[in-house]
Amino acid sequence: MSQKVLLDATQLQITLHRLVCQLIENHKNFEETVLIGLQPRGKFLAQRIKQMLSEDYDIPNVTLGLLDITFYRDDFRRTEKTLEANKTQIDFVVEDKRVVFIDDVLYTGRSINAALTAIQSFGRPKEVELLCLIDRRFSRHLPIQPDYRGRQVDAINEEKVKVSWLENEGEDSVYVIQN
Amino acid sequence: MSELSVNHLLGIKYIKKEDIDLIFKTADHFKEVINRPIKKVPSLRDITIANLFFENSTRTRLSFELAEKRLSADVINFSAASSSVKKGETLVDTVNNILSMKVDMVVMRHPNPGAGVFLSKHIGASIVNAGDGAHEHPTQALLDSFSIREKLGEVAGKNVVIVGDILHSRVALSNIYALKLQGANVKVCGPKTLLPKYIESLGVEVELDLRKALAWCDVANMLRVQNERMDICYFPSTREYAQQYGVTKELLNSLDNEIVIMHPGPINRGVEITSDVADSDQSVILNQVENGVAVRMAVIYLLASKIKNI
Repeated sequence: MSQKVLLDATQLQITLHRLVCQLIENHKNFEETVLIGLQPRGKFLAQRIKQMLSEDYDIPNVTLGLLDITFYRDDFRRTEKTLEANKTQIDFVVEDKRVVFIDDVLYTGRSINAALTAIQSFGRPKEVELLCLIDRRFSRHLPIQPDYRGRQVDAINEEKVKVSWLENEGEDSVYVIQN
Repeated sequence: MSELSVNHLLGIKYIKKEDIDLIFKTADHFKEVINRPIKKVPSLRDITIANLFFENSTRTRLSFELAEKRLSADVINFSAASSSVKKGETLVDTVNNILSMKVDMVVMRHPNPGAGVFLSKHIGASIVNAGDGAHEHPTQALLDSFSIREKLGEVAGKNVVIVGDILHSRVALSNIYALKLQGANVKVCGPKTLLPKYIESLGVEVELDLRKALAWCDVANMLRVQNERMDICYFPSTREYAQQYGVTKELLNSLDNEIVIMHPGPINRGVEITSDVADSDQSVILNQVENGVAVRMAVIYLLASKIKNI
C-alpha cells in the first residue's frame, strides 16, 4: 500500500477558505440557506465550514443539519454487509430554503442521488447545491456535478481518497492511497 | 456487529445480546425517521411482506403494517377468520400458497406455541413471530426493553417486575428472556394460580405481595388477565383480583420510589391498573406504542437485509 499527499494542512486550509468565500459570494448572510452535512464523512467538513463562517467571516448562527442516507441507498441487499445507519440531525424544515449538501469526496454520485430523495422528507427546498472537497473526476455513475469543489483528482478505481480531520484523525490532510 | 445472527425472529430465546443492541441502535434511527414531516424511507421497495394473523390482533397488526409501509415494502394481509383455513387447509399449505406469490417475509401470529419455529423448517422466507400462543412475542419484549432504555438510560441493572397473568402470557416469557439477556433483575408477581410452576428456573424471583414488588422495582410491566385463554377459574372474582393485584394512584403515591408503569395493551381499566395510573406521567404506555413501530421497522429492516435473492 502506498499513499501520496494530495493536500497538506496548509493547502487544505487555503482550499477551505476559498470554498467558504465562494459560498458567501452566493449566499451572502445565509438567512435563507441551510447547510446539510452528509453522514458519515461530510459531517466534519460541514462543521468546519460553519465554524469558519462564524469565526473568520463573522457570519454566526448558520443553520447546520446532518443527513444520513443509509435508508435511501440503492444498494440495499446488494452488499455483503447490512448497511448501518448514522444519526440524522435536522430539527428544522427545509421548505423554500436554499440547501447546500456538503460531503468530503464526490465519487459515483449515488450518495448524492440518495440524499436528494432523503432531503424531501424534510420539505421542498427552493434549490439544492453541492459542495465537495474532493471531486473524483471520470468516476461518476450518474449525471451529478458539484457547484463548489475543492480539488479535482483523476484517481483510478483501485485508489482510495482519504480525507483526515484534526478533530477526528488528529491531522488535516487528504491522501490518495493505492492498494 | 452489523448483522443479525439469525434469519428469522422466532423468539428472544434464539437471539443474542448483540442482536438486541443492533436492533435498538437501528430503531433509534427509525424513531427519528417516524418523527419527520414525511415518515417514510424507500429501503424495502423491492420486498413483499405477508402478515398472517391466525389469531385476533389490533395493535400488533397495525404496528407491523405501519412499520412495513414506512419502509416502503409491499404488504399483503391475511386473517384466518376469512380464509381457507376454515376449509381445512394446513398451515404449511396456506403459507406455501402465499409464498408462491413471491413473498419475501412472513409476519405471523398463531394460537399454537411453536408455530413460527415449525414454519421456519418448512419454508424459505424470513419469519417474524408476532405471537405464538402462550410461547413468545419477541417484538413486544424488544419494544418494552427499548422503552425502558429510553426512559431510564439502560436496561442493565434495572429492577423490573412483571405483574399479572404470567401463566398465559407470551409477553411475560419474551420479556423475561430479553430482560435477563440485557442484565436486568426480574421478579414476577401475581396470584399463585397464574404463575407457572418452576418459573424460577428462568432466573426470576417470585413475589406474591404487589406492594413489596413495587417498592423494589424501577419498572412495573402490568399484564392483562387473559380471560379468553382460561378454561378454569384461577381467582375468585375480578374485583378481588383488582384489589390484590391492581395498581392504583394511591398505591403508587404511598411508595418512596417513583416507578415507570408499562402495559402491552389492551388495558382493562380498573382491573390491572386504574385510569389515573394509565394516564399519569409515570406511565409510558403510549410511548411503547410509538416505539413499537420503530422497533418493528428495525427488525424488518435487519432481517430483510439478509434476504439475498437479487
